[in-house]
Parts: sequence; structure tokens; C-alpha cells
Amino acid sequence: MRRFTWLAPTLYIIFLMLPIYWLLNMSFKTTNEILGTFTLWPQNFTLDNYRKIFTDPTWYNGYFNSIFYVAMNTAISVTAALPAAYAFSRYRFLGDKHLFFWLLTNRMAPPAVFALPFFQLYSAFGLFDTHIAVALAHCLFNIPLAVWILEGFMSGVPRELDETAYVDGYPFWRFFIKIFLPTIAAGIGVAAFFCFMFSWVELLLAKTLTSVAAKPIAATMTRTASTSGYELGLLAAAGCLTIIPGAFVIYFVRNYIAKGFALGRV
Amino acid sequence: MANKTENQKAWLFVLPVVLLVAFNALIPLMTVVNYSVQETFGDNVFFWEGVKWFEQVLNSERFHAALLRQFAFTGTILAIEIPLGIAIALTMPRKGPWVPVCLVLMALPLLIPWNVVGAMWNIFALPETGLLGKVINGMGIDYNFTQQPVAAWLTTVLMDVWHWTSLVVLLAYAGLCAIPDAYYQAAKIDGAGGWAVFRYIQLPKLKRVLTIAVLLRFMDSFMIYTEPFVLTGGGPGNTTTFLSIDLVKVALGQFDLGPAAAMSLIYFLIVLLVCWVFYTLMMRNEEA
Repeated sequence: MRRFTWLAPTLYIIFLMLPIYWLLNMSFKTTNEILGTFTLWPQNFTLDNYRKIFTDPTWYNGYFNSIFYVAMNTAISVTAALPAAYAFSRYRFLGDKHLFFWLLTNRMAPPAVFALPFFQLYSAFGLFDTHIAVALAHCLFNIPLAVWILEGFMSGVPRELDETAYVDGYPFWRFFIKIFLPTIAAGIGVAAFFCFMFSWVELLLAKTLTSVAAKPIAATMTRTASTSGYELGLLAAAGCLTIIPGAFVIYFVRNYIAKGFALGRV
Repeated sequence: MANKTENQKAWLFVLPVVLLVAFNALIPLMTVVNYSVQETFGDNVFFWEGVKWFEQVLNSERFHAALLRQFAFTGTILAIEIPLGIAIALTMPRKGPWVPVCLVLMALPLLIPWNVVGAMWNIFALPETGLLGKVINGMGIDYNFTQQPVAAWLTTVLMDVWHWTSLVVLLAYAGLCAIPDAYYQAAKIDGAGGWAVFRYIQLPKLKRVLTIAVLLRFMDSFMIYTEPFVLTGGGPGNTTTFLSIDLVKVALGQFDLGPAAAMSLIYFLIVLLVCWVFYTLMMRNEEA
């Protein structure tokens, strides 16, 4: 019995990889081959789909836009969440528990509820179709998440560290930046990973808040599917390219993921 | 909690977060509340309507149907993903070179943009060109998710299982790794079998992470929009029109702001209520 335990994860991973394999397979085919014949492997191997994406600015700008606002959102969320998480993990103050719960309820708000008011709000501030608009909008669910994760990591650091630094005469901000932040580096990595992840995969708000200048790649794909016929190969190639940044980021944090999840904070 | 110092200046630390989230949450929420009690005929002219929209939404067949579909979908995916996730986490290797490989490959679906997940499953399940569609049809079962309600529903469930089971696996796996070896040794001395170890050691220890897994999966599947929208567009008919899809249809498609806003608030309250009830029940069990 024990000998066959590897079977379940293997089958599961095969199940996970099948659609991805099919997407990859499609991305190297010509439209004629996709519609005409059924093949498990591209017969007329072509890079045309990728060439189109790398040469057409409406396509490759989509990638830059997405990466740009995701990076901005991650930076804003983690920077704002750091002092707040410290306050929640170290101090008692008026309304702290209510505030913490209120922050978390924002993680439960369906984006569909906020789509229209967000459009009006950001238009009123003249921020419509800018990267910062999407980056700020994604703070709605990423800041509560970052505070939650970081608070977990910070509570694991003994308070004696703070007190020793204080006795040694460190001013607070120097202690916070020089000593405290390096101690919870793993936590910052995990928080940044999840902020990146949720900002990267979200589309509803990102699409609502942009039209041309900051249009995310995912929205560019939706347009292709609806207007210019059904260019499955091109769509598949664009899809494959959206998997790469995620895969890249997971690879770097692979040793921390388990730890972040172990805190049960995600 | 006991050894925290009282310090009201901590509010200064929290201030940036409060401002950012309040800007994003309170202003839009007030806008929604505003719309939900008024009627407009354009030109920014509004009339007070009281609770009319709320009554209309709560009594509408369409809302009941969408809500029912939503609960059926969420219930189904929870019933599949949670046990499957635990089972896979139990069989995963605890150490060795395969651990990072498993983790990276399993986390991959979580990092694919949601509309790409929808598009990928669309391509994968198309009856003529997709691998899944071709194989199922090849087995002699008539399958076309763009036309058959049952097939569309099952494909959406399968897509969600594909997309999110890994989250449960990773959470449960992390929980399992945190159980000290001493527990297993004690179980061995007592002569406990595999099932007893699972039932009396692993499951209780996993309770905390599983609570979080269930809550997260509940919240996120209750808000699901992009994936079914790209995969099926809510069809055929209304089979896969879940709450979010219906809401966007009312708000942006028909531009009925009042009913849409009332529906938003009811929707949000349902999510909060279910999360709160679930959380309270789990906490009570923990104390008992």
C-alpha cells in the first residue's frame, strides 16, 4: 500500500498539466491546423503567434502594463502594511480588533460589487486609465492580506528583540529598518508573493479601470477573442506568456511558500 | 494578547493602511448604498425610493435562481476540493528532491490570470478542437459544453477543481508538516492504524488551516466571475450565471443602477453572514 502513495500526487500533477500542455500545443499551431485537424503535437510547427505578440505594440504593451501596475501594487501594499502589522502585533490601541476585522471584511467584498463605483471614483479623480489607478484599486484586497500575513510573522519574533534594541539606544526607525525588517525578511517575501499573485490574476477591476494606456494583457486577450474572429493560436500563445511571470516568481519563493502557508495566514 | 503594551500612538502606524483601504472601500460602498435607495432617469437627477429596490430584488425569481445556482456551485466545489486536497496532501512526500518540484507544479494554476484559466479551459474542452472534448466524445458520450446545460455546469466545476484544489493541498500540506514526530511515535506505540492516526491526530491538527481553506474557498467561489464568464459566458441559457455574472449583467448591461446596488449589498451581506456563522461555529468547537 505504502509503495503506491506517489501515485496520487503524480496523477494530480498530470491532471494539472494537461490543459497547460494543450494550450502550449495550440500556441505553436497555425489557425488552419487548429480548425482543420486534431493533432496531439503541432504538425506545422510555427512561431508566428509569438512573433505577432512580440512585434505588435498593442500586445506587448499589455504585458508591460500588467507588470507595471502589479509591481506598483506590491510595493504600495507591503510598504503600507509593514508599520500597520507591527502595530497590530505589538500594541493595544482603541478599536484595534474591530479595525483588524474591518480590514479582513474587504477581502470578502466581491469585486463585481465595486466595479461601477470604482470606475466613477477614479474617473472623478482623473486617474482613469492610469497604472496607479489599478495599483490603488487592488490595494482593496491586497493590503488586508499583507497585514494579515505580516502580523503572523511579526508575532513570531520575540518582544525581547525590540526591548534590547531600545535599551541599546537605537532610535525606533533605525531599529525597525536595520534590525526588525531583516528578521522578518521571509515574511516580507511571502507577503509580496501573495500580493503579486492576486494582483496579477485579477481582471475585473483592472479591465474596468483602463481603456488604452494602461490596458492589462489579460484584457487585450479578451478583446482578441471577441472582435477579430476566433484566433485560437494567438490566444493560446498570449495565455502561455502570462503563465511565465507566475512560474518565475513561484520558483524563487518555493522554499518560503510552505512556511507562509504553515502560518495558516493566507 | 496579554503582553501587548497599550499605546494609542499605534494609530499613526495604522493610518496609511486605513486611509488607503477606506478610500477604496468606504467611498465605493457609500456610492452603492446611495444608488440602492434612489431612482434615476439619467442627468444625475435622483429620486428617493426607500427600500423599493431591496424588496424588488428579494422577491425576484431571477435573484433566487442565481442565488440557488451559486450555493449549488459553491457547495459542490467545496465537497470535492476539500477532501481531494487533504488526500493529496497526505500522499505528498515530506522530504527529498521531489518536494519543491511538487510545490512549484501544484502552485502553478494559482498564478494564471483568471481569464486565461477560462480561455485555457475553453480551448481544452471544445468538442471539436479540444483534448478533453475530443476524448469524451470519442468515448461515445455526446458532450458539448457550449450547448448542453449539464455539460457546461460540470465543465465549470472541473475547471474550478483544477484551478483551486492546489490551494487546499498547500494549506493542508503545511499543516501536516507542522505536526511534531512525537505524535506519530506515540500513535505507533499505542498501535494505532492509518485511519486512527488520521482521525485522531492529523485531522484535529489540521483544523485551523482547514478552517481557513474552507473560508477562502467559500469567499472566492462565491465571488467567481471571470472564469465562467470567459468559459461559458453564463450560458447556455442561465446555467452558469452565478451571482457576480448576474450582477454585472444588471449593472453594466441594463444599467439598472438601483436594483444592481441593492443586489450588491444583499450579496455582500450574505458573504459576510456565512463567513461569520462558519467562523463562530468553528471557534465554539475549538473551545468545547
